[in-house]
Amino acid sequence: MQLAKKGLVVKVKELKTDVAVVKDLEVSIGRISEETWAEPIGPTPFPSITDLREWDFKLLQRYKPFYLPFCDVCCLCTFGKCDLTGDKRGACGLNMAAQQSRIVLLACCIGAATHTGHARHLLEHLIEKFGRRYPIDVGGISVDVEAPVTRLVTGIRPKTLGDLEEVLDYCETEVTHLLAATHTGQEGSNIDFESKVLHAGMIDQVGMEVADMVQISAYGFPKADPEAPLTEIGFGVADVSKPVILVIGHNVPSSVGIIDYLTDKGIYNKVEVVGICCTAIDITRYSSSLAKIVGPISWQLRFIRSGIPDLVVVDEQCIRADALIEAQKIKAPVIASSPENCLGLENRTKSPAKEIISDLVEKKVPGVLILDPEKVGEVAVETVMAVAPKRKKFNVIPEVKEIIKAAQECTQCNECIRACPNNLPIPDAMKAAAKGDLNPFAEILENCVGCARCDSACPNDFPLHSFAIKAGEKNLIAEKFKIRVGRGAIQDVEIREVGGPIVLGEIPGVVALVGCANYPRGGKEVAEIAEEFAKRRFIVVTSGCAAMSIAMVKDEEGKTLYEKYPGGFEAGGILNVGSCVSNPHIAGAAIKIASIFAKRNLRANYEEIADYVLNRVGAVGVAWGAMSQKAASIASGFWRLGVPVIVGPHGSKYRRMLLGRKDKKEDWYVYDARTGDKVYGGPAPEHLFTAVETKEEAMVLIAKLCMRPNDTTKGRAIKLTHYVDLHKRLYSVMPDDVHLFVRNKADVPLTMKEEILKILEEKGWKERRIPDPTLLPRLIRKKKGD
Amino acid sequence: MGVKAEPWQTAEIAGPKKALLILKPEVVVAMVKRAKRPILIVGHLAAEDYSDDVKMIDYAIRMSRTATIPVVATAHMTTEFIKRGFQPAGWMPAMDIGNRLKDPEWKGLDGTGPYDLAMFMGLPYYMEFVILAGLKHFSKGLKTISLDRYYDPHASWSFPNLSVKDWNEGFKIILSKLGEK
Ligand code: SF4
Ligand code: SF4
Ligand code: SF4
Repeated sequence: MQLAKKGLVVKVKELKTDVAVVKDLEVSIGRISEETWAEPIGPTPFPSITDLREWDFKLLQRYKPFYLPFCDVCCLCTFGKCDLTGDKRGACGLNMAAQQSRIVLLACCIGAATHTGHARHLLEHLIEKFGRRYPIDVGGISVDVEAPVTRLVTGIRPKTLGDLEEVLDYCETEVTHLLAATHTGQEGSNIDFESKVLHAGMIDQVGMEVADMVQISAYGFPKADPEAPLTEIGFGVADVSKPVILVIGHNVPSSVGIIDYLTDKGIYNKVEVVGICCTAIDITRYSSSLAKIVGPISWQLRFIRSGIPDLVVVDEQCIRADALIEAQKIKAPVIASSPENCLGLENRTKSPAKEIISDLVEKKVPGVLILDPEKVGEVAVETVMAVAPKRKKFNVIPEVKEIIKAAQECTQCNECIRACPNNLPIPDAMKAAAKGDLNPFAEILENCVGCARCDSACPNDFPLHSFAIKAGEKNLIAEKFKIRVGRGAIQDVEIREVGGPIVLGEIPGVVALVGCANYPRGGKEVAEIAEEFAKRRFIVVTSGCAAMSIAMVKDEEGKTLYEKYPGGFEAGGILNVGSCVSNPHIAGAAIKIASIFAKRNLRANYEEIADYVLNRVGAVGVAWGAMSQKAASIASGFWRLGVPVIVGPHGSKYRRMLLGRKDKKEDWYVYDARTGDKVYGGPAPEHLFTAVETKEEAMVLIAKLCMRPNDTTKGRAIKLTHYVDLHKRLYSVMPDDVHLFVRNKADVPLTMKEEILKILEEKGWKERRIPDPTLLPRLIRKKKGD
Repeated sequence: MGVKAEPWQTAEIAGPKKALLILKPEVVVAMVKRAKRPILIVGHLAAEDYSDDVKMIDYAIRMSRTATIPVVATAHMTTEFIKRGFQPAGWMPAMDIGNRLKDPEWKGLDGTGPYDLAMFMGLPYYMEFVILAGLKHFSKGLKTISLDRYYDPHASWSFPNLSVKDWNEGFKIILSKLGEK
């Protein structure tokens, strides 16, 4: 018997059972589709943790890590704690650079494991429901390259749900190896840790792609639909006259169970289903009419404490660890539905639904664990209908007079503001509240990430976050917006239309606004960034909490950005691709530009495609409120593919940046694939990963990071126009590096000619050649002397 | 002035090597006078904090003018400086200036050599915290001072947590002892 690695081939010489004798049987699982795929297999199918190391080193040579330790010590094993200050090494020999990169790797492993685990749960569940042969379909005839990341990384072309098992086997193996490398006495080089970080990011992209492909296919989410329906979002969207189920998390089957039960019983107009975080995004992809979105992750406490939910269902990821405690305060039962997040509750999966419902309604238990999405549906709906009339929307938001009384007792000890991640002036708000003025508290809520660290810190146990909620109550209730439901993939035909303009630089860039809601000053800044670039005819793609924040701003006519801008992958479009696990559609668009527009082979051809994207596709990721380990691994998946990522100021806590040095000319040489010459390509893109302070800084940097060595003169002139224009508007000066981006005089925007030519002269600028850029010697078509 | 070496954000503890406390403004004066190549990095909060009549940016300008210290404006701070009739020596993202200060080969904004004293103000507390940590561990021959009114343990020297009033008074002494006319 033989078991082939990567694709299970079972050869059985002779199989004797009680009923039959089978001879020379060959079963091949997971490779069936390959035989029908004409594209030749590239150099790195199912790459191991070292197979793309050379590519990583090329990136890391240019974009060197700048480490930003939180603290001086390592405490990961009992050899320690070790003081790693400066040149010191720990008991195992590790230094600070390696330790910081190890922490980054740990974060990315957590992220990749989370998405892969998420995908595995979904796949197992959907295979059980629909069978292994259920076809993958993310866009019908509009999408031929339906799994770009998986094809690129693994070299297989999955056709059915069953084909994806092998893909996840691979992801799980890689994450295990990566995690193993973080053990004491394993990897010792920071640069090798960084290479592994990039590997984790790539694996994460595959895991996410699998998750979204299976849910789009099996649940019938919008399939690459630029006109996916609009749905409601906001604190005020729930019809509070009905029983309200709140779902929180990322993994949608239990929420689907709820919608299905309501539909099957014909009682969908009797119960409100609202969601927070990506589960909300995905349940509206399942049913944009029966489910509504409350808001991003930071809306959890304000919504629960307000007493609106009559029952809370949590699945996995980014759910507050105190969700059960908070729900108990408002007398709402909790159903946990993921093995990843059991909350200490009794597993009642095997109990009859009636018993569970009765226990919850009679308050015999505060919550239950149910690991069966259909049963969650039944229990949640039946329970909420019985509980809601008794609860009467009981809430824990204090009355104004209680706030004033507390404020008068405040000692101005500052513990609250010192705990607040955004340094929000709570003691000042308490001073004002003592005099009956709650406006400062209402302002605090605008910039508040809903962490409740202030509550925990206050020695008087004042529920300060609830004070802010009360103060901002009117605004909260009025919060009703429209969001375009997650559309999923980008169509091949859309890529065909914009591939050329993007690669030539005529569409100035693709800006991906993704990630969590750990914003320095509220989510409106994300909407401002989105609109700035949509107006400038960039393509704006978004997902997850960022996609929600973009919806939560209206213009004077009461319209949100999703109502004002088209949902297609086109200049000036704002497209919500979906939840966190939809991010690979963004990476996939870049990959598809290389494959569909430029006709590069993508099958198991990672390095070449990443080289293409880095040098030609002006895309940049922005995770303005990046918070989680998943955000770390999502970002690192983009880095390896050659897409730079900007994070908001809180992202500086990810422990290291990957920064280019535009002042070091030697770092920016590329090969000209036409001749093999090494040519200065300019600092484009300048960084692979950096954190910025303000939205203004982000905007200027986004415009700059969209430049690529391959831009045509027309394209470069357009990109420079945006960069210089934003720089002048927001920084009040001309950029000091414009000469680095001008290759010949035709690059200079006409309207800025005089100004820029003067700078070029001052800087002693010389005209240079525009290469056919690559970092890979093997892609040189004609070497000197050939 | 208070004397406790406690980080402003309670959880942002640093480890064994903590910033020395600036208990007297004279410490800053002495450091600046001793430095051969000082530089002042000013983040966006300098134009917002601390109060209507005490803005860090004004003190940064006065300090730069008095002691001829080049200023690097981070984020969009050029706008704020120019509004006040001051041209900073350079501008770049906070991460970029941190990354360059870390590099002993970097020849500075004027191309004449590395800096030996970097003073920071006006970055978000947690961002300044990690950049100062990066410099503490990875720079050579660089001393750092946190000039905000918050104790930042990763600097070489830092003020303790101060009220706006105390910070303001302290800074006025610094300026006068640096020779402000
Ligand atoms: S892993 Fe190494 S550096 Fe960390 S505590 Fe253990 S011995 Fe010390
Ligand atoms: S809940 Fe809001 S105000 Fe309180 S600490 Fe968190 S961010 Fe600050
Ligand atoms: S922690 Fe509590 S007592 Fe102290 S200032 Fe804040 S609200 Fe007042």
